[in-house]
Amino acid sequence: MPRRLPLVPCLAVLAVALLLSMLVAVGVGSVDVPLGETWDIVTGHAADPVNTKIILDYRIPRVLLAALAGAGLSIAGAVLQALVANPLADPYVLGISSGASVGAVLVMTMGSAVAGGLGVSSAAFAGAMAAALIVFALGQRRGRLTPTRLVLSGVAVGYVLLAVTSYLQLKADADELRKVMFWMLGSVAGARWEQLPTVAVVVVACALGLMLYGRRLNALVTGEESATALGLDVRRARVGLLAVSSLLTGAVVAVAGGIGFVGLMVPHLVRLAFGADHRRLLPLVTLVGAIYMVLVDLLSRTVDRPAELPLGIFTAVFGAPFFAWLLRREEA
Amino acid sequence: MRLRVDGVCVRLGGTPILHEVSLAAESGQVVGLVGPNGSGKSTLLRTVYRSLRPESGDVRLDGHDVWAWPSRTAARRIAAVLQDDATPPTMTVAEVVELGRTPHHGLFDRNGPGDRAVVREAMKRAGVLALDGRRFGSLSGGERQRVQLARALAQEPRLLILDEPTNHLDIRARFELLDLVRDLGTTTLAVMHELDLAARVCDSLVVLHGGRVAAAGPVLDALTPKVLSRVFGVRARAARDPDGIIRITYAAGPLADGGPVAPRP
Repeated sequence: MPRRLPLVPCLAVLAVALLLSMLVAVGVGSVDVPLGETWDIVTGHAADPVNTKIILDYRIPRVLLAALAGAGLSIAGAVLQALVANPLADPYVLGISSGASVGAVLVMTMGSAVAGGLGVSSAAFAGAMAAALIVFALGQRRGRLTPTRLVLSGVAVGYVLLAVTSYLQLKADADELRKVMFWMLGSVAGARWEQLPTVAVVVVACALGLMLYGRRLNALVTGEESATALGLDVRRARVGLLAVSSLLTGAVVAVAGGIGFVGLMVPHLVRLAFGADHRRLLPLVTLVGAIYMVLVDLLSRTVDRPAELPLGIFTAVFGAPFFAWLLRREEA
Repeated sequence: MRLRVDGVCVRLGGTPILHEVSLAAESGQVVGLVGPNGSGKSTLLRTVYRSLRPESGDVRLDGHDVWAWPSRTAARRIAAVLQDDATPPTMTVAEVVELGRTPHHGLFDRNGPGDRAVVREAMKRAGVLALDGRRFGSLSGGERQRVQLARALAQEPRLLILDEPTNHLDIRARFELLDLVRDLGTTTLAVMHELDLAARVCDSLVVLHGGRVAAAGPVLDALTPKVLSRVFGVRARAARDPDGIIRITYAAGPLADGGPVAPRP
């Protein structure tokens, strides 16, 4: 049975699918722009000025951010599942996004002065990194970072931070609360060009770096002792992978808010079709994650037109049944 | 390839586990490490495949301190088949064996024809070529152990470490695996749980008891009735039968000796 699908043709097909879905996503929304005109605008040909403005200033950054967020969260999920040797791990398990929520909600409800003048995104990123550091500190013992401790400290830190966020929400007025809710459920609606470079650099750099690391990730999942005997410095690998996945999650959550289930669902979906080899898994997960999020964002602004729904609602609606199905499968 | 362990002491969380353990394995020999549960067998292996640094003493391969090598260098010389292995059941046999090439590659290297040849040869020697496309999770216990052995061979090691390789295998699979290990000709240090099998396949034995070497040497010198009674708590004797095979005969009467088995360190 397990003759794997060939990698290179699949990557090519997925890359084309990503471009196509991005093109469609750029054209569709509260104002629809026909595909031909979208193409003209994207390739820099003259077109309707209003549509041009909508597409260049709003839609493209939004679609790009969706793709980056989907790719980033999916890679982080795949890496964390290998790191903590738990198929149910995702960026949320380690409390990182809860840290981001505290930062973001603090600024949204109390103003940026409390966070030392940071904006929502910067505060979210700072919160994510602070949470990651605490989880990291709690997760190691005598210099050893063990998967179980890491998960337990992530869950514990996550709950404490959730309590802080809930308290801040109680203090918020109705208008702030709505913003908070929207942020916590994730959205790329507010994407602006100037947000993109940071998240793009982080996602691309981490993705490329991790792809070089695929073989070692394969060794890591065989267990601590076997990985050591295969020449892997397990402690260093774990610290590095934790740092990279925290950075990845922090950078994405800071600009796109709390989008759940992506980091769980996409890697498993790809594993089902392409096997567990991380050298294949990571590039595929990157593309599938990007496509998935572009399509989810497209749904989020077309289902209830002209209103928009947060991404987290859709990722949960698709993700939770998948999660349940995953639990029921053998070998999961 | 000659392995020498010299005066190795290990403490875990303050508790001494190994005390001044020394042993040697000559080139091409299969050396069995036997002893009751908790005698420090697996811990000693860990100091050799570099998972646990000894507090004092050293481990040398042909005179080189294995702890002075970078981890990848060490893994190109020492391969291990261990018990805690968590290889995902979804990996294919070929993918598992290919893991053995890990220490031969830097971050930017990809598998070349040379690697594929080594992987194939390792699979052939371990008798798992026919399992090529199968999922690891679909294999029997014996097949899995042979695949793990193939993975270890793909590292092209000069020293093979085995931690209870026949555990959980049925009798035929045990014999097949041990025949295979015998025929490899690679210097091997193996923790063996069953004395009968150890006596049969090993060139020499090291008996650990409470973190110390209780006896060592050729099988008949190591497994004296005294050692069998004092360390393992059984009344038995090992002898070479006319067919040249060393067998252990247990005395009549109650199975257990009731005598002192004993000191945990």
